[in-house]
Parts: sequence; C-alpha cells; structure tokens
Amino acid sequence: MLSRALIQQEIVPRFGADALKGLPDGATLPIPAGRAMVFTTDSFVVQPLEFPGGNIGDLAVHGTVNDLAACGAKPRWLSLALILEEGLPLTTLRRVLDSVKKAADDCGMAVVTGDTKVVARGQCDGMYVNTAGIGELIDGFELGAGRVAAGDHILVSGPLGDHGMAVMAVREGIRITHGVTSDTGPVHRLVEAVRGLAAGVKFMRDPTRGGLAAVLNEVVEGRGRGILVRETELPFSVGAQATAEMLGLDLLQVASEGRLVMICSASVSGEVLNAWRALPEGAGAVRIGEVTDSKGRVILETITGGRRLVDVPRGELLPRIC
Amino acid sequence: MKYIDGFRDPVAAAGVRAKLDALAAVLETRARAVNIMEVCGSHTMAIARYGIRDILPKSVNLISGPGCPVCVTPASYIDAAIALAERGAIVVSFGDMIAVPGSSTTLAECRARGGTVEVGYSPMRAVELAEAHPDREVVFLAIGFETTTAPVVMMLELAIRRGIKNLSLLTAFKLVPPALAALLSDPGIRIDAFLCPAHVSVIIGADAYKPFVNQWKVPCVVAGFEPLDILYGILGILKQVSHGEATVENQYSRVVTAKGNGIAQSLMAKYLEPVDAAWRGIGVIPLSGLGLRPEFGTYDAGLRHGVSMGAGDENPACACGEVLKGKQRPPACALFGAACTPDHPVGPCMVSSEGTCAAYFKYLR
Repeated sequence: MLSRALIQQEIVPRFGADALKGLPDGATLPIPAGRAMVFTTDSFVVQPLEFPGGNIGDLAVHGTVNDLAACGAKPRWLSLALILEEGLPLTTLRRVLDSVKKAADDCGMAVVTGDTKVVARGQCDGMYVNTAGIGELIDGFELGAGRVAAGDHILVSGPLGDHGMAVMAVREGIRITHGVTSDTGPVHRLVEAVRGLAAGVKFMRDPTRGGLAAVLNEVVEGRGRGILVRETELPFSVGAQATAEMLGLDLLQVASEGRLVMICSASVSGEVLNAWRALPEGAGAVRIGEVTDSKGRVILETITGGRRLVDVPRGELLPRIC
Repeated sequence: MKYIDGFRDPVAAAGVRAKLDALAAVLETRARAVNIMEVCGSHTMAIARYGIRDILPKSVNLISGPGCPVCVTPASYIDAAIALAERGAIVVSFGDMIAVPGSSTTLAECRARGGTVEVGYSPMRAVELAEAHPDREVVFLAIGFETTTAPVVMMLELAIRRGIKNLSLLTAFKLVPPALAALLSDPGIRIDAFLCPAHVSVIIGADAYKPFVNQWKVPCVVAGFEPLDILYGILGILKQVSHGEATVENQYSRVVTAKGNGIAQSLMAKYLEPVDAAWRGIGVIPLSGLGLRPEFGTYDAGLRHGVSMGAGDENPACACGEVLKGKQRPPACALFGAACTPDHPVGPCMVSSEGTCAAYFKYLR
C-alpha cells in the first residue's frame, strides 16, 4: 500500500478529527498566554514490535508523556511519525495504531501532526516510531537535581524493571509461569496527584534506559551528596526477578516504562505516597531510601546489612527494548 | 524464585551474622585475622554484590583467589588464538575472552581487523558454525574450570558423533584442587581456609577436596552463591577454625553431592588427561590442567594447526598476578580505576564479569 493510501485509510480515521482535519502541513496550537511549555521527543525501535503488556504504539505515547510528566508538565499535544518497512503486516500496523490512539486518549493528548514513510524491505526492522510531545508546565514544580539535599526521601511508584524484562523474555524465548508483563503506562496522573505538594518535590524521572541505577547516579554525580537505597525496600515483581535471575541481569539497571522516581523533602513524602497509592498506577509505591551527605555515591544496603556501590550501567546493556 | 528467596532472607541473614559475630569474638584472641580465600569468581562477585565483606567481623578476612577462568588464562593463549584467527580459522569464544589483552592485542581488535571471532553462549555454537562452514576450520577456545570443561567435552562428543572434521579445541582447561595446593605452598600467602566453589563441586563432588584437606589440614567448605549460602559457608569455616579442625563440609548439599556428576567425570576422563598448565600471574602448576588425550590429537587446535604457546608478554604494571594469588587487593594496583577500567581493561581481572578487579570496580570503588 502506498503511503498516501495508508494515511487516508489508517491514520485519518483514527486521528483526523481536530487539528489533523484536512491534513495541514503543521499544527497551530492554542498556547495559553504566559504559560511555560515543555517540549520533548523520543524515537522507538523496540524489537519485537509487540510484547506482553503493550506494543511499540502505546510505548511511543507513554515514553513521551512520561518525559513531559517527569518535567512537571501536563501532556497536551503529540506528533506521530512512522517509518514502515515494506511488507509489514497491515494487521500489525492496525493494532499498533489502535494502541497509539487508545494511549493518547487516556493521557489527554491530541495527535496534532505526523508523518508516514514506507521504506524498502530490509531498510527498517518492521517499523520505527517517533513521537514528540508538548506539555504545559504545572504551577509550583521547580525540579532539578541541584535542589536535592541530604535527608530527602527517594520514592518509586511501583515495581521496577518489568518492561525491560518483558521484552528480553520474549527475545530470549523464556517462558515461565507468572511471567513478566511490561509496565508500559503513563505517569502523568501520578504527577497531577501531587501538584498540591509541588513545593516539596525536588526531582522526578521515569527510570527508562539504565533503570534506577542510572537515574540515581545522575542525581549524585559530581555533587556533594550521595544516596542510600535499602535492598529490602526495593519493589520488584516475581516475574521480573525470575527473568533477571535467568539472564544474569541486575534489575536496578533494567528499564521501566511506566514508573516514576521522585526525590522529595521528608515532610511531604508520606502524603505523596498516600496520593500515589490511591491511583492504580501507584498502588505499589514505596520509599526506597534517602539522600545522604556521602559524596557522589549511590550506595545499596543489601539484604545482609552490608553496603556496596550501585554502579552506572556500562555500554548498551539491553539494546532495542524501547 | 521460591528456591532463591529463602537464601536472600534478611531476617535469616541477621541471625547468621549474630552467630558469626559471636564466633569471631572468640577468634579475636588469635594472633591475626582468619584468612579465608574464596576460590570462585562467582563467589567474589556475590560477596561484593551483597556487601558481605562489609559486615564481617575484623577477625575475618576474605581474600579473592584465582577463580575466574578468563583471568587465569595467560597472554600466550590469547596470542595463539589470535594467530589462528589471522590464519583464517573461525575462532569461537565465550564473550569475556575477546576483550582480554594478549601480548599486544585482543581478539576483539583482531576481529575489527577482519579476523573471524564469534562469541557463543554455549559451546554448541562451535558445532553450528562448523556445520555451516564445512570449508573452514573452526577453533573453540576451550578454557574454564571443571564446570565449563564438562559441557565442552559433551560438545566434542557430539561433534565426533556427527562426523564433523573441521572443528578443534584450543585447550586451557584448569583444575581447582591442584591450584589450592599450589597457593598453600607459596610462603608469601597465608590462607587459613577455603570457601570452595559451588558449580565446580557439582562436577567433581565434595569428596574431591578430601585428599587435599588431609594433606594440608586446611578447612574447606563448599558453598552456594546466594548471600546466605556464603554466610553459612563462612560460619562453617569459623567453627572449624575455632575447634582446630580441618574437614570438607558441604554447605551446598541441595546441589552438590559427595561424588559429583559421574557422567561428566567419565566423559572428561574419556577425552582428557591431566597436564601441566600455565596460570596467568602464578606460572606453571604441575598437573593443574586438562588436555586432549593423544588419540584425540586431531581435535587439538595447537597440534592440528602447529600453533604453540610462547612465553607471552603481560603488562608488567598490571597486578593481576598478585590479585589472583590474593596477595594484593585491586585498589592497591596503580592502574586500578585509572588506566584500567572495565571500558579500557589492562588486565584480565578487570575484563571478566567474574574478575576480582571488576567486582571491586563495580561494587566497592
């Protein structure tokens, strides 16, 4: 099918309602006067295209929504660019587009511009997706690793590493009972739920590539403070643990695609956890540790009570999981 | 996770710690700390990963030994493997090996220059490649302790059964018990007990350490790789030391038997025989390796392709040899963390995922 026909038959019926009506070259956005906006983009090359818990379509929406949300923004507008390999089954494309639509609607995002290219067989692996998103900064959030201080609490919104392990389990042909399902999902409601506590929130990040280890190291690197995490508090699903065990991977370094890591002042952490736990996506929220004044290090207190360094993942640990 | 969680239980760990502390208090009257060498690279990694060194009483000292098969492989072996690749053979290796520096270069660099170096997770990869490329010679880099030797020999048996003619092994198999004896006979190393490897012992059986223990009167405890396994293992050692005993104790009895895996042992005996072996940093230890029996010489890559292992030329500033013998801890090496990192390793102990330097760099810097 030609790109033109594809757009008419598959894209327009799903996304052609508002801004996309008539397929203009660009979207005109009604930005509220005086508001700070946040803009982000991400490309998705996950293999396989479909995995337990999601597919490249909802992953592409959630990835961009979560980047906006972690910046303290309310997601508003989305662009969707597809690069399709000739021969990609139309049924796969339809499932992916349905997922994009469903995820965007769920996140309150309108797909306002996009592009579709078809390339010859062998020039792309099934399909690649790029999304860019614009969000409106929520009043009160002043986020930055520089604000983090000793005594702050570290919270995570749920079990870590499910996405990376779900994709790897499919790729490695690991089939186990109580297997692992991707956590791909939006975190913007978690951010919305704590807007009243924004003044106490110092830092937020969705722990994708490199997992929790990469996020926490980013916070302390080159700064006069450290982080202590307790292994007994870390939330992991049984499926992710079993898969990581078989593949010899450290779940601290494995990506999630629907979780939020927050560093906040101790005075608000209890309220944040209560607000998160009231939402389905935050049901597994826990405090995992604190910010310390030990310089530039992320330390794990293990189940033995001993301590060790949490290192930054080196190289591309798990290629093409998002 | 049912069979793992129990061995990572924090409450049980606290219980064992209390017992360790009580015993250690008794042992404080000794002139010096109890030196326990963990011989296996996976133990080294688990000890670092669970912060076990951090919680041990002062009177107990854990020393990492030569238990990483990649680390003890000499530079001359890497040189021979590179020479084979340069002559056009398909060289098949476990992943860690390809970044280990030989005398002047690595297998990874050899591959970048056009040599065929394939990484396999299973020795069977060599059989697949030999069948796929009947016109080319395939050489499998057959390194490892008893644990790895068994599946490699199984692969050889399958290759022979399938009539594969273009496959050979470059052997540098190592045996654990002779290495323990060699370490004890070095007056510069003071080891009071060994935490014996888990998977090696699955193959050779716990009884394999008995002759050694009887001769040297050094406590040996076979332990698993989970944190509680290791803590129980150390507790068992301290009990023996405090009672002045020296026996083989099998803490890992859920996996390791007294006699080991008979099928693996008979396969190994069918194809292999004890040979003197060169250990990086330690030197040649008599009868501490396994080589192909003469009747299977056609599968010996060294004989078949006329490649011999020279003296090798290891970086003199690299302290891997001292680290492997437990004489020096990695941070004491001038190269550690500066000139030598996992991204730019100088010595094998920094390359291997089981290497002592890699464990220190990853968890204890």
